[in-house]
Amino acid sequence: MGEAAITTAIATEPAVELKGITKRFPGVVANRDIRLSVAKGHIHAIVGENGAGKSTLMKILYGMQRPDEGEIRIDGAAVSFHTPGDAIAAGIGMVHQHFMLADNFTVLENVILGSEPRKGGLAVDFAAARRKIKEISDAYGLGVEPDALVEDLGVGDRQRVEILKVLYRGARILILDEPTAVLVPHEVDELFDNLRVLVREGLTILFISHKLDEVLKVADAITVIRRGTTVASVEPREVTARKLAELMVGSELPSPETRESTVTDVVTLEVSGLTMAASGHGPVQKGATADQLKAEGVRLLLDDISFTIHKGEVLGVAGVEGNGQAELVEAIMGMRPITAGTISLGGADITGWSTLKRREGGIGFIPEDRHRHGLLLEAPLWENRVLGHQTREPNVKGIWIDRAGARKDTQRIVEEYDVRTPGIDVDAAALSGGNQQKLIVGREMSGEPVLLIASHPTRGVDVGAQAAIWDHLRNARAAGLAVLLISADLDELIGLSDSLKVILRGRIVGDVDPGSVTPEQLGSAMTGAGEGA
Amino acid sequence: MSTFLDRVFGRVGFGGVMALVAPALAVVFAALVTSVVLLIAGHPPVEAFTSLVEYGSQPRVLVLILNLATTYFLSAVAVAVGFRMNLFNIGVDGQYRLAALIAASVGGAALVPGPLNIVLVVLVAMLVGALWASIAAVLKVTRGVSEVISTIMLNAIATGLTGWLLTADRLGVLSGNAIGTPPIPEDAHMPGMALIPGTPMKVNGFLIVAIIVGIGYAVLLNRTRFGFNLRATGRSEPAAVASGVNVKRMVVAAMVISGASAGLIGMPELLGSSFEYSLNFPTGLGFTGIAIALLGRNNAVGMAVGALLWGFLDSSSDALQLMEISKELVDIMKGVIVLSVIIAYELVHRYRIVAAQRKVSRELAAPAETEGAAA
Repeated sequence: MGEAAITTAIATEPAVELKGITKRFPGVVANRDIRLSVAKGHIHAIVGENGAGKSTLMKILYGMQRPDEGEIRIDGAAVSFHTPGDAIAAGIGMVHQHFMLADNFTVLENVILGSEPRKGGLAVDFAAARRKIKEISDAYGLGVEPDALVEDLGVGDRQRVEILKVLYRGARILILDEPTAVLVPHEVDELFDNLRVLVREGLTILFISHKLDEVLKVADAITVIRRGTTVASVEPREVTARKLAELMVGSELPSPETRESTVTDVVTLEVSGLTMAASGHGPVQKGATADQLKAEGVRLLLDDISFTIHKGEVLGVAGVEGNGQAELVEAIMGMRPITAGTISLGGADITGWSTLKRREGGIGFIPEDRHRHGLLLEAPLWENRVLGHQTREPNVKGIWIDRAGARKDTQRIVEEYDVRTPGIDVDAAALSGGNQQKLIVGREMSGEPVLLIASHPTRGVDVGAQAAIWDHLRNARAAGLAVLLISADLDELIGLSDSLKVILRGRIVGDVDPGSVTPEQLGSAMTGAGEGA
Repeated sequence: MSTFLDRVFGRVGFGGVMALVAPALAVVFAALVTSVVLLIAGHPPVEAFTSLVEYGSQPRVLVLILNLATTYFLSAVAVAVGFRMNLFNIGVDGQYRLAALIAASVGGAALVPGPLNIVLVVLVAMLVGALWASIAAVLKVTRGVSEVISTIMLNAIATGLTGWLLTADRLGVLSGNAIGTPPIPEDAHMPGMALIPGTPMKVNGFLIVAIIVGIGYAVLLNRTRFGFNLRATGRSEPAAVASGVNVKRMVVAAMVISGASAGLIGMPELLGSSFEYSLNFPTGLGFTGIAIALLGRNNAVGMAVGALLWGFLDSSSDALQLMEISKELVDIMKGVIVLSVIIAYELVHRYRIVAAQRKVSRELAAPAETEGAAA
């Protein structure tokens, strides 16, 4: 389809048109007067901070929620969706951020689940389904194998299965919700190739993301959402990532640069020879060194890791995800047993301590997955304040929970850390990701920690919250906190860290000077390709 | 977000009026369904219900209701302790039967005089219940055995074990054709209370114990560090681990508390009316406890109401027979109540979400109007 055809489509009838969509909603962000026009055959990106209202908007478009006001037009005709079924019937398909596939089913079974072709009234017509899947897969170059078992597929393949699933149901307009969040860089490129084929074949794609460089790479048009409303529609050729980010935030961008060094020569955390064997090798001799274990053919998750963090120092650990960062954090927190090595905190050997004792000893912990490890989603904020501090003032008095004390301190955190919430009695689940994270940061900074383990502290939070969290980390560091920073955001790592280590396959493979390294150099060091500077 | 099961087991709370509306709706709905059943069977429903209530409000029957409710409530608490942290102690049934048998034979031996013997019997029962429950806990924390499976199997083993122990050359004593443990001497009987005027029957003294257990349960769970850890583990085990909770220790502790509470279930019967463990000792109370814990969403007050309702239905079912209606109608009613309570809680949960949305949109709408004028 030529450029001219697309231009005509824009002029005549947009594939999707939203006029004045307003949705009021519990929590903090609602959609207000959303205006959006998506041309047929375009990849249209919708960008905005977390909590800006992107997801709500997509749910409205997919019939999962009904707008309080406004009009939705599909191919020029006004529609009203009551259920996702209505949206599917109108040719809209949604690929969720978290895949909804049954692992123990084949691709074919997953695709037809819920809309099985029938043969003779009862039997499932697998042959017809297989034929149709093959057709779709070939037409759009998805390369999906119908009889593969989903549990054997990689993340990128699973995503293609999800896309095929919606195409199978006749979707002409695809909504992709943060599709690259779970992908590694080369999978992202593959996805983008797939998307380009899809639009070439006449489909329309709504692409939700907050990764701006990716958006610029793939989108034909971009709409920016801020605080629940559309603030700008731009052409990707005309903007830079920085300009786009400023549109998202509505102000100048913060940067993670730290100022003068606050590193002292007092050692806070010392890790030496930390080794963790993978399970599944039978009993492993406790205390065996990494070399002995390797000689026995044991796979090591952490391989002889040693480092020290001083008072007032931020030590960054860079690495491609899955190279032992999570294990390192859990080992230091005492959540996973180690095979060998010692950990000491402020001179005391804490290797044998329980998680509780380590926390009481002054380790704060911002976990990687806040929903899984950081919060009780269905509990009120003040109970979440107690979590992880359930043996300490002001949350407890002896064996009793001190409700008044905990509530008062939660109020303090809400104010000092700018947690936007209607009150401290709302469930943590009601807050946006950034506000949940600010609550966690506030909690973990309470009780004067000496060491903070910050695992992806600004992942999935909006730019405003990110700047606030960076400020808090910097201030705490100036006050003498030692920080172990794990992050996938290279700018954050380089900007905040006083020293940087690169981890690869459970091993520290290099030291990098954050003062001189560029994100590109660091990125190649992480994959083992480059040399440690 | 909360799952359906979280809501069923009360790990997600909802407070205020709604906590009462849901079960009330369910009981009304159950009455309607039962009415239909009655009509199909050719009986007038209004008269049947009237006679249930009339019968159930006689002083004599009120005493029966309270006594049954005491037992049921203790059973529900035992189950609820586990439910609150995602532990399904299906073995309450076996725990209380074994506990009652061994406690009965200790009591019958009259090792200590008078009221001290009551204390001894109760402590032995709690200890045996706790030990029996801790088998499942140890299996879970050391070998990862699901407590559902192990407690169900332990129930079967408890049945075999009590049968084996209750023979003439072991703990049992033959009297005529019946076999039971030696009777507990009269000075160690739990004194009853003449609470209800108009009848010589007395309310079992364990009513007081049940109330204390209920208060203890509520305080333990809602006000203590231990209770916080227990609820946190139930809501999210990974978050509890990251916060420093030793989950294995919590599993053992919760099972031990659950088993110790289970040990109390047989006490009202043993020390208040039968004074021996015989083949007639009531069985299946542990499963009644599961139903009542569900009914009361593991909330102490809710479970007390549920226990009273169950006591009422059980005690007044005799009235139906006077009208030549099968007393099993009450079982239909109980089943429908449990099912409809679960549905009602779900409906109320959804209603609350909608209500909260309306409330927030009203609050958000006020400032939006001024901005809306410009747009």
